[in-house]
Amino acid sequence: MIEVAHLHKRYGDLSAVDDVSFTAVPGQILGFLGPNGAGKTTTMRVITGFLPATSGTVKVAGFDVFEQSAEVRRRIGYLPETPPLYNDMLVVPYLRFAAKLRGMARGDVDAAIDRVLKACSLTNVSNRVLGHLSKGYRQRVGLAQALIHNPPVLILDEPTNGLDPGQIDEMLAFIRSLAPNRTIVLSTHILSQVVAVCEKVVIISDGRVVVEDLLANLTRDQRLDDAYKRAIAGSHRGAA
Amino acid sequence: MRNVLTIAGREIRSYFSSPVAYVLLASYVALAGYFFFALLSAFNQALSIYSMMRQPEMLQRFNLNEMVIRPLLQNMAVLLIFIVPAITMRMFPEEKRSGTYELLLTSPVRVGEIVLGKFAGGLALVLLMILLSGFFGVLLSAYGNPEVPMMLSGYLGLALMAISFLAIGTLISSFTDNVVIAYVGSLFALLLLYTVGWLGETVQGPWGELVKYISITDHFQEFLKGLIDTKDLVYFATLLVVGLFLTQRSVESVRWR
Repeated sequence: MIEVAHLHKRYGDLSAVDDVSFTAVPGQILGFLGPNGAGKTTTMRVITGFLPATSGTVKVAGFDVFEQSAEVRRRIGYLPETPPLYNDMLVVPYLRFAAKLRGMARGDVDAAIDRVLKACSLTNVSNRVLGHLSKGYRQRVGLAQALIHNPPVLILDEPTNGLDPGQIDEMLAFIRSLAPNRTIVLSTHILSQVVAVCEKVVIISDGRVVVEDLLANLTRDQRLDDAYKRAIAGSHRGAA
Repeated sequence: MRNVLTIAGREIRSYFSSPVAYVLLASYVALAGYFFFALLSAFNQALSIYSMMRQPEMLQRFNLNEMVIRPLLQNMAVLLIFIVPAITMRMFPEEKRSGTYELLLTSPVRVGEIVLGKFAGGLALVLLMILLSGFFGVLLSAYGNPEVPMMLSGYLGLALMAISFLAIGTLISSFTDNVVIAYVGSLFALLLLYTVGWLGETVQGPWGELVKYISITDHFQEFLKGLIDTKDLVYFATLLVVGLFLTQRSVESVRWR
């Protein structure tokens, strides 16, 4: 469960996120949409506790991100926009490092590594150096580190970025398989991916939420593309 | 504690899985070896000249500690001013550039543990350097007749100085996402700390006293003379604690509203 309420984030005079509120519930993948620069990454960074908000509250699994940051961080798996890989490490030691950082018990680490290697189809590159992996594999290792501690909340910032069409389908199917019992927020600007996996849609433009609705409601009498374009067009506040 | 070891372990592995650690160790040991050789040759030459002149009272004044070990340790300290920033410059900038900073800061790890882990990783490398340079001391003891306690005190001073350098380098590396700025910034700070004592000669009164107290060289000198004083230990401990504390605040500051 993620509850974002009246979130503001300013960088100096620039307002990156302006009064954003939405709720994500377990079992329902939330597609977080918007043009580049709309504030998707900033919002996700605030949810994960990487950035502080200027004002507003964010609760993850009932814990306040600002007041109980450690509890929140224990429950979140986060794939940032660029996969956070140490290029000089091998795949398995990297995943072991991520598992330890997440505070996993020593005895559980090896099983967890096996699980995510299989789940993310990384078994055949498990002995490779991260810096030598292709974009698609890097993205999957990034996802593997987010999943290693089996977190109830997943924040995925453009998880299909840089994948080829076959890999995109695989990745989306895999993310869908993770959905039961998990709260997942997935950002993207590719609408067809939203249709493929998400049940709920939040569209953000110029730092404001312009749509928060179930995908089914949104696409009842129009295509998602049209709903998206209309929402974005209606939101522009003129020259800022 | 476990988190500190996890982060330190990764740090050490990263030094040694690239040529970085080997290049730094080799440069340090090779240059220190060259200093050692040059100092020892000069010592031998002076010794043979005075033996030919048959002046036993002059020979009495010849002292391995003063003529070889002390200048050697001082030169190694200067070397460390250039080498320690090369160890610390990657600590934070590289994480920020590659995006792994997000992994670290969104993990349930305290900022203090991140800082201590990174510091401990660098510490392992620095202490290894000093341990390797201990070979010169062993050589002198095997073939010569130095005052061993004075020599050990000098090495202790060198180690304490290196640890302080490391804490300052860690702090400066946390300010930036650019390795060049981290290197030059640390070099600047360390050189200043090393040479600020020069002002102590000319500045009079309480300011002069302050300058002398801040100067790391003045405290290092005491160790070279074989004097291990609480005052100097407190000085080095202060540099270490303040450096690491400020690093913790600097990293934590990204979470401040």
